[in-house]
Amino acid sequence: MSDLLEQADRILESAKGSDQIEIYLSRGVDTEVRAYEGEIEQLSTAASAGIGIRVLRDGESGAKVGTAWAGSLDPSAIEDALREARDNVRFATEDEFVAFALPDGVTPATLTLTDRSVTTTPLDDKIAMAIDLERIVRSGDPRIRQVESADYSDYVAEAAIVSTLGVRATYARSGAYVSVEAIASDGTNDQTGWGLSAGRAPGELDIDKAAHDALSRATRMLGAVKPASMKCTAVFDPRSAATLLAIIGGSLSGEAVVRGRSFFANRIGEDVAATSFTLVDDPTDPRHFSASVFDGEGLACRKNVMIENGQLKSFVYDTVSARRAGTSSTGSAVRGGIAGSPSAGCRALHLLPGELTQAEIFERVGNGVFVVSLTGVHSGVNPVSGDFSVGITGLMIRDGQLCEPVREITVASTLQRMLLDISYVGADVEWLPGSAAGQSLAIEGISVSGS
Amino acid sequence: MYGTGTLSGMSNLVEQDVLQRVLGAALERGGEFAEVFVEDRTTSSAMLDQRRVEELSSGRDRGAGIRVVFGETTGFAHTADLSERGLLAAAQAAAAVAREGGGGVREIKLSDLVDYPSRATTAPGDVAKASKIELLLHADDVARSEGASITQVQVALGDSTRHFVVANSDGVYAADHQVRTRFNVSCVATGDGGMQTGYRPIAGTRGFELLTPDAVGEAARGAAHQAITKLDARPAPSGELPVVLAGGSGGILFHEACGHGLEADAIMKQASVYAGKVGQLVASPLVTLVDDGTVAGEWGYLAVDDEGRPGSRNVLIENGILTDYMWDYLRARKEGRHSSGNGRRQSYQHLPMVRMTNTYLLEGESDADEIVAQTPLGVYVAQLGGGQVNTATGDFVFGMTAAFLIENGKITAPLRDCNLIGNGPDVLARVDAVATDFSMMPGTCGKDGQSVPVGCGQATMRLSGMTIGGTAS
Repeated sequence: MSDLLEQADRILESAKGSDQIEIYLSRGVDTEVRAYEGEIEQLSTAASAGIGIRVLRDGESGAKVGTAWAGSLDPSAIEDALREARDNVRFATEDEFVAFALPDGVTPATLTLTDRSVTTTPLDDKIAMAIDLERIVRSGDPRIRQVESADYSDYVAEAAIVSTLGVRATYARSGAYVSVEAIASDGTNDQTGWGLSAGRAPGELDIDKAAHDALSRATRMLGAVKPASMKCTAVFDPRSAATLLAIIGGSLSGEAVVRGRSFFANRIGEDVAATSFTLVDDPTDPRHFSASVFDGEGLACRKNVMIENGQLKSFVYDTVSARRAGTSSTGSAVRGGIAGSPSAGCRALHLLPGELTQAEIFERVGNGVFVVSLTGVHSGVNPVSGDFSVGITGLMIRDGQLCEPVREITVASTLQRMLLDISYVGADVEWLPGSAAGQSLAIEGISVSGS
Repeated sequence: MYGTGTLSGMSNLVEQDVLQRVLGAALERGGEFAEVFVEDRTTSSAMLDQRRVEELSSGRDRGAGIRVVFGETTGFAHTADLSERGLLAAAQAAAAVAREGGGGVREIKLSDLVDYPSRATTAPGDVAKASKIELLLHADDVARSEGASITQVQVALGDSTRHFVVANSDGVYAADHQVRTRFNVSCVATGDGGMQTGYRPIAGTRGFELLTPDAVGEAARGAAHQAITKLDARPAPSGELPVVLAGGSGGILFHEACGHGLEADAIMKQASVYAGKVGQLVASPLVTLVDDGTVAGEWGYLAVDDEGRPGSRNVLIENGILTDYMWDYLRARKEGRHSSGNGRRQSYQHLPMVRMTNTYLLEGESDADEIVAQTPLGVYVAQLGGGQVNTATGDFVFGMTAAFLIENGKITAPLRDCNLIGNGPDVLARVDAVATDFSMMPGTCGKDGQSVPVGCGQATMRLSGMTIGGTAS
């Protein structure tokens, strides 16, 4: 692994001049298999590597940055990128808050996030998992009419970050996933269900669980109706709750706050959520598939408590947003690969678990709607104003029991209201790919729009 | 500047004889089809936030994706190494999916290269970076001059120049040079009731000539005005109402309500509510829907698709009757027909699949103002912000980012953002008026983890009813 770090060191050494320089190298291998009707429909394997370079130049009224990237580690591609970054820097605005990360002495967590078996597992075994997954779903219930996709995928990714300010970090992560999309039919209508299992290695995957998940999600939606509009309590299942937490995490980014694009701005210390709500961003917790030792600027990742017992405690910052806010980085720089510059973001969100099972929450809620899938999250949620409106599928809850399935409806409120209207946080934490884990969440006062 | 200002002449990314040898090697273990897609893309972007030029970024990505088809199975591999050795290694990796070998060496003869010139007049690489910055600042000035309640302005400019060559074992050999330019203005207005946002994009398959100071100023004014107007917005209604979609904005409705469901991959897997319905009435007779890669300059324009098939104009629904689906090369090949020019991929690192280009509803005969005047109570949607569909059930949503109430035939109070939800075939049947003020909007379409630029368009139109996902009862 460390040869990537050494390569970054060499590039930095040869690039040194009057400017400050940061080199970000990444490298990865991926495998993807899709099964269809017992055969491989698609198999793709690839290795990729790339470099992102940032050049920082000090001036009279602050510093400015220029960046460039290349999807290759060829010496000539690196040389071109360096020249481009140096040219780009001329055009940026000098800004007293612009700076590269300074090593802050925080000790990096000791985490094992890669499993060699991703690369040593024979390809045939991986193919077999996708084919098995499809077979189990197809034969799992006579109402399954089609399996639209049954996929196995894995990756090993590594990155190295070095800078002339003394940052020197390298980290790696592996992951393996199976996912399946089933279509069930009752003869007149179709419904779909999506199942997933995730791990750091193929051996951790639970094919039966993923298959069963898709089967039950598709079949239990058969006969779904469009109910009349109403106002009620919505219970979000762990998967849809995780999506909700990731949206809230976006507004907790210090960058959104200093840019005047978060409804949480100027509210530190206020009660912004129900007292049962304690939200933590902790990339050092290895149960998160998104766990990481270092952030996107090469500082150690750390645990940050965002909202504690409903009170807004802190935002997550990278170096520049922290300086703008008059504080220091929380080790929360994220970057979207070689082409992305660091920005502040939550990486591994979870809630302090409550004490109730999902069934107990249904019982307490009595009547409402159980939300099992969300659509239109990118089109119906405004993280600046807080307006929230998403399409859902789910089941009605009556007298504490799950009843008829419902579809073609939206649930709406505002993010501000929803946080305060949380009535129950479940104990059923589910660790999921993405930036948040989820558990059952009951939220009152939701507008359901139907017929 | 990254690369050069050249808009053509980079078709020799890899020599023809090398491509032929690589295709031959890809089929050495059997298989009936192989393809090499070589791409060289340079991009640049600049962002202005609160009048600070935060960053200029440039990038370059170059590589090849190779696929080999054995029966129902596709093997795929990609590499950033464009040497013959690198390409041969990728060909072998793609062919590794072969069950048992035995094809022997096949000789591939490519036809003459069909090289499509770019239509862009000002290559992004020929534009001084300082001129780009001036445009960003101009947009910021205009947006702020719209009102003191504008508290945040972010302006982004990006361009990409994508040269590619695609060659396959059927002899197809084509090259294209796609230049795309986009410019976005995002504003935040702050008032007593909190913050509201406004957003306007400009995007086209064109060079820098797209970004005149006037066009940029209009986008900035529009974004600022939208945010300011929404400060007085009331919660959107919850429940079913007639909906009037302003020209341009509503194209996304068709993209989601039926576009994705008319893509041959969903059809062939029987994962679309439109499967088996060619020749049947699937929409109001007012609906004639076209997917058209040939609309020069539009965001979804392509001279040739990513499989070497020329872009074309395809009528999908004519007077409400389903006429055809959209096809890519492989699925069309299986059906013994031609691709409709809808085989697209995000980059050389991705397999192509069926994708839309510019999807639009043909104009009707109604007057746009009359449509509003004849709506006693409803919602007027001035701008949409994206959507999502489940093709198997037909249920879809799309978001409104600028909308108003219609009361007694007049556009009245602004409404807060929300999603609208419906079922494709049901909503298509509810189109009861289409006007003549056609316009197009750019968008980014995501499918199976790949993003491609698309256009959407229609004239002002009305749906007799659709579920509005607001909170006001």
